[in-house]
Amino acid sequence: MKKWTMLTLIGEDRPGIVARVTAALFENGCHLGEASMMRLGGNFTIMLMVNHTGEPPLDAIIKPVAESLGLHVHIDDIECRLHQHLVPDVRISVAGADRAGIVAEVTCALAEAGFHILDLESDVAGDEDNPIYIMHIEGKATEGIERLEAAIESVNKNGIDAHLIPIDTFIG
Amino acid sequence: MTVLNILTYPDPQLKEIAKPVDKFDNDLLVFINDLEETMYAGPGGVGIAATQVGRLQRIVIVDVSSKPEIKNHGRLILVNPEITEWEGFALGREGCLSVPDYTGNVIRAKSIKMQAMNEHGESKQYELEGYEARAAQHELDHLDGILFLDRLVSRRNDLFRRKSYK
Repeated sequence: MKKWTMLTLIGEDRPGIVARVTAALFENGCHLGEASMMRLGGNFTIMLMVNHTGEPPLDAIIKPVAESLGLHVHIDDIECRLHQHLVPDVRISVAGADRAGIVAEVTCALAEAGFHILDLESDVAGDEDNPIYIMHIEGKATEGIERLEAAIESVNKNGIDAHLIPIDTFIG
Repeated sequence: MTVLNILTYPDPQLKEIAKPVDKFDNDLLVFINDLEETMYAGPGGVGIAATQVGRLQRIVIVDVSSKPEIKNHGRLILVNPEITEWEGFALGREGCLSVPDYTGNVIRAKSIKMQAMNEHGESKQYELEGYEARAAQHELDHLDGILFLDRLVSRRNDLFRRKSYK
């Protein structure tokens, strides 16, 4: 059975990062699994499942390319496997003028109502004087959708523009 | 009645275009029975196309009646189906028996008018909407060698139509 490791790379964004990192991994016999790679705050962030033989060790494989690209490296030998997908049944969208506390208020209210977050994406738009906050969350309603609806209503009452949409996945 | 083997991506037969049915005989009835059993045996059990079991004929089955809150026509056996009208669009999440362990967002028409024969060759007209229309569009795509993978739109930043569900 393949043993996976989670590799994290973060550094200033520029073209060519993904190509050079994945080439270095491939040339050293690594397989890749699920990954999340995106630009955040002008940096490029990579979280990547890597399966490697152990020889040479992963940090030896990744160090030269990471240094040449100015990337911070973090390796976690945690338990991770493929085919662990959960299918979300709820999507929540939040938008509004940016202020401290939006994410905490929304996610705490949702957690209390049994929401299991699977994917969260948030962004700040607008400009420094008038920042706009936008967030999309997908997850599972482990205690039913009515409880989530109530949580969203309470969040709305506190002046946060949040909406809940059920996701009904068709499989055929 | 047999549960047939479902082909999985990247089997090249899934990209084939199915041929119209021209003989409504006992062989067809037996096959449709088997296809139906195969559909109910799978996860979801709401739709299947003949091409998914390697029979390249224009036959699909849709049955979303297990979802009581959704408007539906019960079990639909659709032979030589054709969509004649499309209206509106909706973003929704789909998976496929032929692409295990993956789901993604697909845009489909909100409501459709469809013409199809039943298993006896009798021509019928249908008006489908919402989840049932999605099911029909997904299955009809199979008959033209199209998988939902070919129609995926990005999860991120999508504008989902806000529904009032109360």
